[in-house]
Amino acid sequence: MSTCRPFAAAFIFALALVPAAAIAADTPGLGKPISEADVKAWDVTVLPSGANLPPGHGTPAEGAKLYVDKGCVACHGEGGKGGTSNVLVGRPSLVDGGIAANKTIANFWAWPTTVFDYMRRAMPWPAPRTLSDDEVYALCAYLFAINNLIGENDVMNAQTLPNVKMPNHDNFIVKFPDRI
Amino acid sequence: MSGTLPAPTIMKAERRCKTPIRQEEKTMGKRKRNNAAPPLEPVAGNGLLHRRALLGSGIVFAGALSTGAALTRASAEPLKDAEWSLAPGEVTPVLQKPSRFEANVVRTLSNPKGEPRTQHARAPLQMLDGTITPNPLHFTILHSGIPDIDPEQHRLVIHGMVRQPLEYTVDALLRYPMVTRKHFVECGGNSAPLFSPQPIQATVQALHGLVSCAEWTGVLLSTLLDEAGVDPKASWIVAEGADALLVSRSVPLKKAYDDAMLAFYQNGERLMPGNGYPVRLLLPGYEGNMDTKFLRRIKVVDQPAMTYYESRNYSPLLPDGKAYKFYFVQEVKSFITRPSFGYRLKGPGFYEISGIAYSGSGRIEKVLVSADGGKSWGEAAVEGPVSPKAFTRFTMPWRWDGQPVILTSRAWDDSDAVQPLRADFVAARGEAKTVPNVLGFPNQHYNSLTSWGIDSNGEVKHVYV
Repeated sequence: MSTCRPFAAAFIFALALVPAAAIAADTPGLGKPISEADVKAWDVTVLPSGANLPPGHGTPAEGAKLYVDKGCVACHGEGGKGGTSNVLVGRPSLVDGGIAANKTIANFWAWPTTVFDYMRRAMPWPAPRTLSDDEVYALCAYLFAINNLIGENDVMNAQTLPNVKMPNHDNFIVKFPDRI
Repeated sequence: MSGTLPAPTIMKAERRCKTPIRQEEKTMGKRKRNNAAPPLEPVAGNGLLHRRALLGSGIVFAGALSTGAALTRASAEPLKDAEWSLAPGEVTPVLQKPSRFEANVVRTLSNPKGEPRTQHARAPLQMLDGTITPNPLHFTILHSGIPDIDPEQHRLVIHGMVRQPLEYTVDALLRYPMVTRKHFVECGGNSAPLFSPQPIQATVQALHGLVSCAEWTGVLLSTLLDEAGVDPKASWIVAEGADALLVSRSVPLKKAYDDAMLAFYQNGERLMPGNGYPVRLLLPGYEGNMDTKFLRRIKVVDQPAMTYYESRNYSPLLPDGKAYKFYFVQEVKSFITRPSFGYRLKGPGFYEISGIAYSGSGRIEKVLVSADGGKSWGEAAVEGPVSPKAFTRFTMPWRWDGQPVILTSRAWDDSDAVQPLRADFVAARGEAKTVPNVLGFPNQHYNSLTSWGIDSNGEVKHVYV
């Protein structure tokens, strides 16, 4: 242990030189302060409340065209009927389908914001984050409209999108409430 | 979900064994075990033996005596040097690879051509032993390929409901005090083929290969959250990776401050790229999808983001059409890896049953093994020290008489949780209506029993009991 003492002494000496804030937290304090403005380009998290939805808007008709133009149809099939990737349209019964039932936007997803958040961060699969915010709103509008969750002329934007009623919203049970 | 064990069938193996030995010592005045050893004592039906039997010395293998032909050569030949003993061997490589005779010990891939969908690599658990999964064999699931991240350029940002948003380089994070902890990581969908209404004939690798265990070294997340200064009104964090999909999961702040860590090392070396290089989140005991790889951003928030994966894939459906959300915990589970599907026993005689047990709620407390499909149980030997939320290896000596048997295991953890019996599990969670593809995910979070039926030819089949 004696070999450690000079090092420990040096460490204590070093502590005297670091800023008071770092000592108070008792941590190395090697993070560089950054402003929320500088994080913004990365901050694509949209909360169920609608917090952090960007400006912009889109309609089902615009989305229908984008669905073809942006290649969504290649994986999700014509009209969202499914292909190599998930089915996006329809509301099959979760009871009839059993525990392996296909989970769709209309029969399962609890929050409309999940659709926006995931599409903006991850789609189209080969080139994620190449859609503009308007395009994401339009494609969301299209998906909600073909699932009869909104009218065919309804506009999706930061105010309207979080208010789309999802049919399965109330059918979730928190598994371990004490862990939240 | 808890189950109770049919009490009369448990053999108190230790007491039954120790008592006669003590009596013998008293009457004879000295230890005579080497000369007059008791035969291996059965502790449960179909030849399960006392778990301590093999740890002592001088115990006679009654089974070996009666079936000696299976364990000895019929006629020994004179020994001679093999080719490799007659000349110097290969040059030492910088990075070791397993013997070419172990070339079949590899992961199995669900999407080897990298088509535009998720890629799963399952660990060959039935061919491994111990409690650590070697890094090249650790299971991985990648939703959009493996990003080729330059650690010099990688950044981690903590922001949102904090006093001061902070940006960290990997170099800076590597200067923080580190902890080293052994933990399993398991996909929430591991073991999903057992939701099939009929047992799917497949190896442990195919059925349970989306779990692995490693020694992880990294920085406690709480250290960094304290540096940023979390707003008391915050309740969740949202973690995000730097992969193409920016895979993202919400984590309760409670877990973030409990034992969450940012892992940089895996079994002593830096993370494998597929395991999240240069840094991943590790939430011991929670479903693997939450252990965000390539971690680049943590946003502190006051509500879960309900991201795609937590909203859809990892919200398991129930038979009544409702679904669980925030399942998180990988509950207590065990399965026998040897023998298992794909093995063929070479005849009656002695075998060691070996398997893996683990729980996302704590330490494995005990594992019982049955060779008669659950009618009687004996307590398996558990290798120590037993770490919480980590693989625990259990073994059970067994003398097979050549008749059909059904091997199964059942584990308890120190939170008093027990692996549910299949009937109870299916009643609560349901099963698929049709037999699914073995690579499919009919549901998530299966932790009931796995059973292996062995016929008189020694062939091992997957069965339900």
